[in-house]
Amino acid sequence: MSTTAVHSLWTTAAEPITKIDAPKIEYGQLSPTLIVIGAALVGVLIEAFVPRRSRYYAQVFVSVVALCAAFAAVVALAADGYGTTKAHIAAMGAIAVDGPALFLQGTILLAGLVGLFTFAERRLDPVAHGNRVDSFAAQAASVPGSDSEKAAVRAGFTTTEVFPLLLFAIGGMLIFPAANDLLTLFVALEVLSLPLYLLCALARRKRLMSQEAAVKYFLLGAFASAFTLFGIALLYGYAGSVSYARIAQVVDGTVTDVDPALADTMGNDALLLIGGALLVMGLLFKVGAVPFHMWTPDVYQGAPTPVTGFMAAATKVAAFGALLRLLYVVLPGLRWDWRPVMWAVAIITMLGGAVVAITQTDIKRLLAYSSIAHAGFILAGVIATSKDGVSSVLFYLAGYSFVTIGAFAVVTLVRDAGGEATHLSKWAGLGRRSPLVAAVFAVFLLAFAGIPLTSGFAGKFAVFKAAADGGAVPLVIVGVISSAIAAFFYIRVIVLMFFSEPKPEGPTVAVPSPLTMLAIGMGVATTLVLGIAPQYFLDLAGQAGVFVR
Amino acid sequence: MENLIAPLIAAPLLGAAVLLVGGRRLDRAGHWIGVVLSFVSFALGLVLFADLLGKGAGHRTLTQHLFSWIPVAGFQADVTFRLDQLSMTFVLLITGVGSLIHLYSVGYMAHDERRRRFFGYLNLFLAAMLLLVLADNYLLLYVGWEGVGLASYLLIGFWQHKPSAATAAKKAFLVNRVGDMGLSIAIMLMFTTFGSFAFGPVLGTHEEPGLVGDASEGRLTAIALMLLLAACGKSAQVPLQSWLGDAMEGPTPVSALIHAATMVTAGVYLIVRSGAIFNAAPDAQLAVTVVGAVTLLFGAIVGCAKDDIKKALAGSTMSQIGYMVLAAGLGPIGYVFAIMHLVTHGFFKAGLFLGAGSVMHGMNDEVDMRRYGGLRKYMPVTFITFGLGYLAIIGFPGLSGFFSKDKIIEAAFAKGGTEGWILGGAALLGAAITAFYMTRVMLMTFFGEERWRDAPTPSPAEPSVEPAAETGGEHTEPHPHESPKVMTIPMIVLAVGSVFGGAFFSIGDRFLNWLEPVTGHDHGDAPLSAGVITGATMVCLVVGVAIAWAQYGRKPVPAVAPRGSLLTRAARRDLLQDDFNHVVLVRGGEHLTRSLVYLDHSLVDGVVNGTAAGFGGLSGRLRRLQNGFARSYAVSMFGGAALLVAATLLMRAV
Repeated sequence: MSTTAVHSLWTTAAEPITKIDAPKIEYGQLSPTLIVIGAALVGVLIEAFVPRRSRYYAQVFVSVVALCAAFAAVVALAADGYGTTKAHIAAMGAIAVDGPALFLQGTILLAGLVGLFTFAERRLDPVAHGNRVDSFAAQAASVPGSDSEKAAVRAGFTTTEVFPLLLFAIGGMLIFPAANDLLTLFVALEVLSLPLYLLCALARRKRLMSQEAAVKYFLLGAFASAFTLFGIALLYGYAGSVSYARIAQVVDGTVTDVDPALADTMGNDALLLIGGALLVMGLLFKVGAVPFHMWTPDVYQGAPTPVTGFMAAATKVAAFGALLRLLYVVLPGLRWDWRPVMWAVAIITMLGGAVVAITQTDIKRLLAYSSIAHAGFILAGVIATSKDGVSSVLFYLAGYSFVTIGAFAVVTLVRDAGGEATHLSKWAGLGRRSPLVAAVFAVFLLAFAGIPLTSGFAGKFAVFKAAADGGAVPLVIVGVISSAIAAFFYIRVIVLMFFSEPKPEGPTVAVPSPLTMLAIGMGVATTLVLGIAPQYFLDLAGQAGVFVR
Repeated sequence: MENLIAPLIAAPLLGAAVLLVGGRRLDRAGHWIGVVLSFVSFALGLVLFADLLGKGAGHRTLTQHLFSWIPVAGFQADVTFRLDQLSMTFVLLITGVGSLIHLYSVGYMAHDERRRRFFGYLNLFLAAMLLLVLADNYLLLYVGWEGVGLASYLLIGFWQHKPSAATAAKKAFLVNRVGDMGLSIAIMLMFTTFGSFAFGPVLGTHEEPGLVGDASEGRLTAIALMLLLAACGKSAQVPLQSWLGDAMEGPTPVSALIHAATMVTAGVYLIVRSGAIFNAAPDAQLAVTVVGAVTLLFGAIVGCAKDDIKKALAGSTMSQIGYMVLAAGLGPIGYVFAIMHLVTHGFFKAGLFLGAGSVMHGMNDEVDMRRYGGLRKYMPVTFITFGLGYLAIIGFPGLSGFFSKDKIIEAAFAKGGTEGWILGGAALLGAAITAFYMTRVMLMTFFGEERWRDAPTPSPAEPSVEPAAETGGEHTEPHPHESPKVMTIPMIVLAVGSVFGGAFFSIGDRFLNWLEPVTGHDHGDAPLSAGVITGATMVCLVVGVAIAWAQYGRKPVPAVAPRGSLLTRAARRDLLQDDFNHVVLVRGGEHLTRSLVYLDHSLVDGVVNGTAAGFGGLSGRLRRLQNGFARSYAVSMFGGAALLVAATLLMRAV
């Protein structure tokens, strides 16, 4: 930075401060997020003031009400036309209220609600000392295997903090795809990430593994956040603003008033390219794209299964929403620079996820790699850079998230003495012993594989069609090949469940409460409805396919 | 009046449905349902015929549009029927002869417990055959074409408990498949060439030529050759002739109706109907005449060597259809005569088969003519009707065959040039051979010693060659007797047709005038006068009969076939057609499939399994990168970010 620039900074600072307008906040339009965050705060208060034995019920009640109310608010906003004609940017340019944002928020809220059901499930683990317990540690602060842990278990403690944590995470996720400036984006990223790190550490069984997963997730997440923040800084340096609209204008070269303090760096394409790449990298980390996917299998395996399901579904929705907005609103002028790079990322993500999944022996790791491959498929739709691309991605995410939560919910049911029996060899012959559960899981696997009449097929078809129309035919070919590879390991699990002899000491299938049944039922229902009659939802996603700028 | 066309087809179809679905309740009276519905169809045909006769020659075409079958934008197929002089001729032949044979079958199949099913199949055949000749487009014709193929398959294999019958049915089906492929390719070619496959637009009329006029000759030749292939399959012409002899495994009424009088002539119908296409493709026409000439000699030679009466007649059928195909290949000179010979042949060949059936009926189902002899005393009606059929087929002056065959020979000469001489010569030679083998059949069956008395235990000379000849191995001596009236009456009616049909058609050119509006006619320029040709034909006839008499009438016929010359032995083996097919097609096919299987195992499976193994190995290697250390994950992320940045910058640089 030259001396004149420094000097001008000084002089700017020395000028008398002009009057700052009070921020104008459209509370009604932000109500979904506000309701969820507010409920999370109420949850914290409940932890502080409500007696321990009532906390679970109070927390579940507050969370369910909050999520339902927030979803109702989203629907009301959409019905009011905020998704289409009245779409605009609220909260002083920080948050967009438009079709993609509302669609994704609705999806996240529903996924969160279904995830909440699996969080609240208390019938799967055997009753410990007269108390029903859930999937989470009795007392997170106690050292695994220590006396204090035993005491906590004996006392029947449960970590009801998971509910406010979940709500905070959902709150962050609601802002993430709607954020319209880089700082809000970053804050939302942290708001959604930090509760997730914690939740990952809270498994009731295999606590060391769970904590290891949480630490890995945290370290790598922090590492990725640093890249993101650096990217934001560079972009600010380039554009002199963190606002999406302003950056887009600078990229397009339609800006006339140049901030004298930034005259040297502004319009420097190196800053733009490096900053954009780093920012995109932070989001690719969240969606789990190769080569930023390494955390996924470890974290998915170690985290409590309900958390894994929620994370795999909702985080992906939020992160893809943010990525879409970034690429379509901020960097469309840079399309020719990022498209080839994203092509490469999508290809190695699809192939990498599918190929490595072949040799997995743990069902949760298998699903983790499957989610990586799916991230690749969705990226193919993102790259289309068309309205169809946006709506196909929205549709894919909606279908995928419920299948994912449902599939992980089924994983929680298959148990042996050590808790969930996640090793694939234990799933052998499950179809003979519990045909219904195995059949439901088979439906989910077929949806993952993209077999017709499931949501997976409709979504994959929409995404690939958009990509092909956008001129990415080679990408589609790689996508189809990866789907074929992926089909191998999905079908292999089905074969294992139905055509292998059950083992004598195999796992049992627990009978869950209506909560988990609801989560699984929701997964099956969306899989079939979106698979057999996708048109209505495709239209809905199509209407929601335009970003406000 | 055109509304009667659909019921014409519907009647036997209804019969088939009722008889095949009706179950055992209909076992007792079912056959009469079949007979009555067949006669209903015939009666409707007569009504329509009367109607057509009442109209002027130029207005004798009725069409009935039933419904739109495949209404796709550029691909329109309707279920529409067209009744003109040509299809009317066929309708009368099919329903007339068909009804007589239904009646005959009542007696012939009296003791068969699956008689109801037999009549169901016969009715199904009638419906399909009527659909074939009444269709207004090639696609609908194809439905009928496949329908008769199915009925033929079912009826050849009717006595499915006999492995030979089951095999023969399969053989007929497979060989016909080759021909059917030709027809379907022809239809596809028509669609791509003309954009239509309906008779009206494609073939046009005499006044306004159809789309055929616009197509290139190469295209038309291709279509015509494919149609010829189809005709070869259905009409048992060289090179797809091999199934007809084995088809005689079916009950004799089936042989008479399907494999002599009607279905096997469908190929001739196809060629004559598609005359506009063939007229515009002279090369294809030449191929048709060659096929016809070769087959007429081929069939005749085979017919000379067979001792099985039905197989001898089958060879004769092949030969006679060869005449028709030859005539059809001559173009407008021959179309009318092809159809005329087809009709007269329908009479006398059906009569001959029914006679053969009657003989078998009286002889414990013996088919070997060497175990017949002197039967004229025992079966007078059969003898007389068979004899009249015999005289008709060899072309005895005044009888049907004389008129129709003579016209074909004349037409062949009228083709002109060297071709004319060759084709005419072949036709003449064929006439001589026909006289020979038919006289042989006649003499061996009805004259000479009664070789069936104390018949020796059968020791067939070449058991592997003529499995059918072994079936008559009963040790009980047969008691030849005349067949019941229900069988003899159809024979008598057909004999009347055999005697007078030709004269009726020819005097005053009735048949020519009737068909000419559809097929067109041309006199050609014969190098010889009609009288000379007729004289030559008569000489051939006499020579053929004389040789046969010298060989089989003057000398006693040995009960066991002598070894015979090389040609005789080859002819007994159907001129080695099966051996040829076996060596060339079966062996060749086996080698081809074997090498393909090898290719599949080594190359395709290798690639597939190799790919799978490759991905598995890759997967195993890649998963090792996932070592569980956060530090290496971070390194990978850092490397990824570096690459991402570098690639983005690189994209700008290029």
